[in-house]
Amino acid sequence: MKKKINVVLKQLCCIVLCLIVIAPFYMVLINSFKPKAEASRMSLALPTKWMFNNYTEVIEKGKLVQGFFNSLEYAAIATLVGVIGAAMAAYVMSRRRTKLNNFLYYFVLCGLFFPVNYVTLVKVLSTFQLNDTRVGIILAFTSAMIPFCVFTIYSFVSTVPVELDEAAVIDGAGPVTLFFKIIVPMLKPTLVTCFILQFMSVWSDFLTPLYLSSKSRLFPMTMAVYQFFGKNTNYWNYIFADIVLTCIPVVIVYLLGQKYIIGGLTSGAVKE
Amino acid sequence: MNKKKVYPYWFLLVPLVLYALFFLLPSLLGIFYSFTDWNSRTVDDLHFVGLKNYIEIFASDKDYLSGIGHTLMFTIVSNIVKLIPALFLAVMLQEGLRGKNIYRTLLYLPSILPFVIIGIVFRSVLNYNNGLLNSVLEFLQLGFLKQKWLSDLGVVWKSIVGVDAWRGIGYVMTIFIAGLGAIPKTYYEAAQIDGANFWQRLRHITLPMLSGSIMINLVFGITYGLKVFDIIYVLTNGGPGHATEVMTTYSYQMYANGQYGMSVAFNTILLIITAVVGVFIVRTMSKKEVQQ
Repeated sequence: MKKKINVVLKQLCCIVLCLIVIAPFYMVLINSFKPKAEASRMSLALPTKWMFNNYTEVIEKGKLVQGFFNSLEYAAIATLVGVIGAAMAAYVMSRRRTKLNNFLYYFVLCGLFFPVNYVTLVKVLSTFQLNDTRVGIILAFTSAMIPFCVFTIYSFVSTVPVELDEAAVIDGAGPVTLFFKIIVPMLKPTLVTCFILQFMSVWSDFLTPLYLSSKSRLFPMTMAVYQFFGKNTNYWNYIFADIVLTCIPVVIVYLLGQKYIIGGLTSGAVKE
Repeated sequence: MNKKKVYPYWFLLVPLVLYALFFLLPSLLGIFYSFTDWNSRTVDDLHFVGLKNYIEIFASDKDYLSGIGHTLMFTIVSNIVKLIPALFLAVMLQEGLRGKNIYRTLLYLPSILPFVIIGIVFRSVLNYNNGLLNSVLEFLQLGFLKQKWLSDLGVVWKSIVGVDAWRGIGYVMTIFIAGLGAIPKTYYEAAQIDGANFWQRLRHITLPMLSGSIMINLVFGITYGLKVFDIIYVLTNGGPGHATEVMTTYSYQMYANGQYGMSVAFNTILLIITAVVGVFIVRTMSKKEVQQ
């Protein structure tokens, strides 16, 4: 009996927590279909009139298509370069534990803690004529994710048996073939996790474009939404529709990659 | 096997150069520029001003110090508020509750969303007149709990920490669940036979075996807390007045005003704080590695 009450209490606790998590999502979704006056009351009631054209309106006014492709470009390229680069570095550092490599590893780990200094980053980028350009923004994202990726991949490399390397070398594989043909497939779970986590964090990032882009055509979705919010503070129907559209891509990536996120957090975080 | 040939150094080149050039170099330059009068008008004509920027931060009457205090306060409080409930949630879910996977998926969901979005959503939820929170309180006959969540000086920090917990608990919990999964069941069975109660099991089995996950959560939580920006910028923008200003928001404001020297001085102070914390954490981590 006592056990049963216990289970019911636990279930209740979980359900209440989930409701607290879901309620704002539901509120945003349902209000995104309402006319302006009704939406600004922000109630949980169903709309009296379904306004589907809130969405078409927002896509046009909020420059969402452009924002979407900017976000996609930044996230995809920065993450691809960052994860592969970090994997190559982590692999060599882990396989050849020289004094220098050990030092370099901790040198890179500093980046897990340090804040990015955007003001001087702007200066560095402008000496390369990269300020306010797509390449500059992508480089900033790539550089900032390297510490996390190296940290996560490094501990994973040691679980790949060295005998594989030896066998491949005997078969005449060069370092590049060895890495991409043998090691990368073995590292796939961590690499995918790193890719998804970093992709989502670039997609969500706000601070980097806030400092590094002054031209609105370079704005990713987060900046586009924030600007739209600033300009249309009272049009909650549009704001909510805008929010829904911005969230859809990350939610899809999350649901598709969930297995890898949770599995990857496990291996990265818990393996000691 | 010739290690030099099989694991060539040039593999390190691209990531290390990028990291050094676009991450570390700006930080080091920041230290240098924090001793100058760099601003939007003196781009070509810099002067060394010694510690002037730091004196301004630490000794002027402009309340910059409270920004540093708020940063540290937020880091400590937000971690306590997230870690302890997340641990109990993880233990609860791990003990095999029906619907565990759905709960986990839902509770993790907020942490994937952009902070800007969460900020805007909660600007609406915490709205005094129509916001969801006050409406729900009224509906539950708890109207006396209604607050001006984002403009009342006594409440605004609680709101920020609350929103942050709403977003972050699922993430912390997921890492704990992963850690709990790695603890052998036999330990608990043995403890049960010896008659250990819930708290004794928590204290003597769960916590020691979870030290890895706790460490990871603390590392991510502390570094996140010290560098917090988005959520505060969108929810309150440092207001009301300067009540919720943190180091990064001051740094951004100074940058926006063209006072680059002051801005990088703030960033340098943050750098020093994170470096101290980082050295401490890396030391602990490498000690553990040696022990194993």
